[in-house]
Amino acid sequence: MIPKTKNLTTGTVTAESIAESAVIASPDVALYALGLGDDALILAQRLGEWIANAPELEEDVALGNIALDLLGHARSLLTYAGTASGRTEDDLAYFRDEPEFLNRQLFEQPNGDFAQTIARQLVVSVYFDELYRALSESIDSTLAAIAAKATKEVDYHLDHSYQWLLRLGLGTELSHERMQRGLDAVWPFVDELFRDDGAPAGVGVDPARLRAHFETTVPRLIDEAGLIVPTIQPARGGGRQGVHSEVLGPLLAEMQVLARAHPGAEW
Amino acid sequence: MPEAQTTSAEEREFQRLIDDDQRVEPRDWMPEAYRKTLVRQISQHAHSEIIGMQPEGNWITRAPSLKRKAILMAKVQDEAGHGLYLYSAAQTLGTDRDTMFEQLITGKAKYSSIFNYLTPTWADMGSIGWLVDGAAICNQVPLCRASYGPYGRAMTRICKEESFHQRQGFEILLQLMRGSEAQQRMAQESVDRWYAPALMMFGPPDEDSPNSRQSMDWKIKRFSNDDLRQRFVDMLVPQAEALGVTLPDADLKWNEERGHYDFGELDWSEFHEVLAGRGQANTVRVARRRRAHEEGAWVREAARAYADAQVATERIAS
Repeated sequence: MIPKTKNLTTGTVTAESIAESAVIASPDVALYALGLGDDALILAQRLGEWIANAPELEEDVALGNIALDLLGHARSLLTYAGTASGRTEDDLAYFRDEPEFLNRQLFEQPNGDFAQTIARQLVVSVYFDELYRALSESIDSTLAAIAAKATKEVDYHLDHSYQWLLRLGLGTELSHERMQRGLDAVWPFVDELFRDDGAPAGVGVDPARLRAHFETTVPRLIDEAGLIVPTIQPARGGGRQGVHSEVLGPLLAEMQVLARAHPGAEW
Repeated sequence: MPEAQTTSAEEREFQRLIDDDQRVEPRDWMPEAYRKTLVRQISQHAHSEIIGMQPEGNWITRAPSLKRKAILMAKVQDEAGHGLYLYSAAQTLGTDRDTMFEQLITGKAKYSSIFNYLTPTWADMGSIGWLVDGAAICNQVPLCRASYGPYGRAMTRICKEESFHQRQGFEILLQLMRGSEAQQRMAQESVDRWYAPALMMFGPPDEDSPNSRQSMDWKIKRFSNDDLRQRFVDMLVPQAEALGVTLPDADLKWNEERGHYDFGELDWSEFHEVLAGRGQANTVRVARRRRAHEEGAWVREAARAYADAQVATERIAS
């Protein structure tokens, strides 16, 4: 193996800077980073579907912005995960099959209408907000650097979904109804976010901490928007074990089609 | 009667600004025809940015590397930003954005015909950047000096981002030309499709472009269609050589005497066909934007209702 020389500097962390640095993730850290990276990648892919289809131009920009941020997180996390096995971010994104993807099922759920997208964004933004805040204190300095950068971006994502939650929840009768339906649609996939994912102690974030934060935050926001916290049974989940809902296959088929038609090609 | 007596002080002041290469600002008096020409040109440019999101948006979900996906997403997002920015510039002339947007989605307004072509391959992301954005830059750099202030300033900012986009397109093609045979074929096939339509982006030959003269007198437009087209071809040839692609024009050769490249006759019947609405994707592009707008109506209504309720609450509170 060619010795790598550069060290990773906090604050400027990117997929490129990780790839050029000397860091190599241990197998358990790599597995943890892979799960988080897949979450961000699959959601970025979904949000990318909104571009040129949003209810107004400002939302084309906003949803595109959020997708870009998430894609940036995904690229850093996947690059880091790949250091353990000598694989690049693109090897991982384009040349794994469905059961090898470890994202939680919430992230792969279809966009639905704008309200359903906002419901999913609200849930994930609250989750990411606490996740990255906690992860920025990780004993793993690469994950801490990725998380510290992500925290600032996720803060804006949370505000975006909160502002729309209020507008749709309190706007018109129709928007209220759709916002409630959106929450109902994503709710079965919320519980899985807080299940144990084998995060290495001190490196990963304790799911109990994330659940507590979610439970003190999200019901309050939903209530503020005049909506009801759904009481719907959780889905079985299993994303971190490679078990996915039927919507992931088509998403991957689309995402990977060109790269797989030209294996080994550079773009 | 001497002409000076028939022109008002306002008209003389407007002409002085134009003659002295100064900027006309929103509050200045301006001839109605000048205002109309600007609204038409700026809104058409805004519409082009908005419709132009679609041919490239087509590849966001399938981009072959995560880096390219990120670059493409950022680019399409820039286009939405340019559209918003240009609508704002047009609004300073007294036409509101909703009116302009309505004209777009009902098919009444024009936008650049180039976006009525399809993007069947990834290499088209390269060709659009290199050729289409390249032509746009040639067109737009002189507009940074347009006599109307808000337009000139908008163009200054837009041109910076466009030149970035052009370089990204060039890089996509360069990477393909350095790749496998299949990738090289993909690049060449795409350049073959986009070259002539890109040259037509400058509009019809000067003798068939009746509105150009007035726009040049008003210093909205600074160079003629044919001058800009020549400038573009002169710029392209060395870049094509660097890429290793062949420009699909048998008559393309250096003319020592003129100090420019000669190039073949363009098929203007194709240009007029697309302009008349019979291109590859005219109806599809407009319908897509219209659908997004109509499907999002309930969202915009909710935002309005919420804002109205907030205002009402504030009134009660104060």
